[in-house]
Amino acid sequence: MLDVLYFAWVRERIGLPKERVETGAATVAELVAELSARDARYAAAFADISALRVALDQELSDFDAPLAGVREVAFFPPMTGG
Amino acid sequence: MRVVVQSEPFDLGALTAGFAAGRSDMGAVVSFTGIVRDTDGRLDRMEIEHYPGMTERAIATIAEEAQARWSLGDVLVIHRHGTLRPGELIMMVATCSPHRGDAFAAAEFLMDYLKSRAPFWKKELTADGAAWVAAKPEDEDALSRWTR
Repeated sequence: MLDVLYFAWVRERIGLPKERVETGAATVAELVAELSARDARYAAAFADISALRVALDQELSDFDAPLAGVREVAFFPPMTGG
Repeated sequence: MRVVVQSEPFDLGALTAGFAAGRSDMGAVVSFTGIVRDTDGRLDRMEIEHYPGMTERAIATIAEEAQARWSLGDVLVIHRHGTLRPGELIMMVATCSPHRGDAFAAAEFLMDYLKSRAPFWKKELTADGAAWVAAKPEDEDALSRWTR
């Protein structure tokens, strides 16, 4: 089981901030493919991966990264701090 | 090092005055303050979202990197989230060092990395509606000057 978190417009498009996901996905990209296939909201949020960033257990990562041992995955747009 | 993520306003004067107080080995304090800017008079408010947990970790990592690169006596980072009006203070960084060069460089480094590596997202609300602030390519480019 993974905790999957969404922030900013990713959260708005999907319509929720957080959910638990039962998945056999081996990589972030596989998880994205699974989520995108759910419905139009997910498909819209993940339509352009280049516009997204991903963090695994609160560390920035990339879409090729394996999910083995990961407990928390977060998807969000490029950050705008400062 | 002190990293604070909060929704409440902060007292810039008191924090700046208290930073490095009593450290007579520090010859230089540099501080930067970020303010909610209303470029064309249309901004009603800004809403800043963040990733609790990751935010504090990411900022601490950036501050540790600054301390490893430069001779710093201390680092302070305060960043707000939630609803902010034009003119309100969003964040501040302060650095102190025996000499000004390190304090200036470290403050700039912290700001460059906070912009695009700390998980905050800004949304601007105007009379026309709401829009997420997009990250600028320059913000990412700014990091390249620190890579070695």
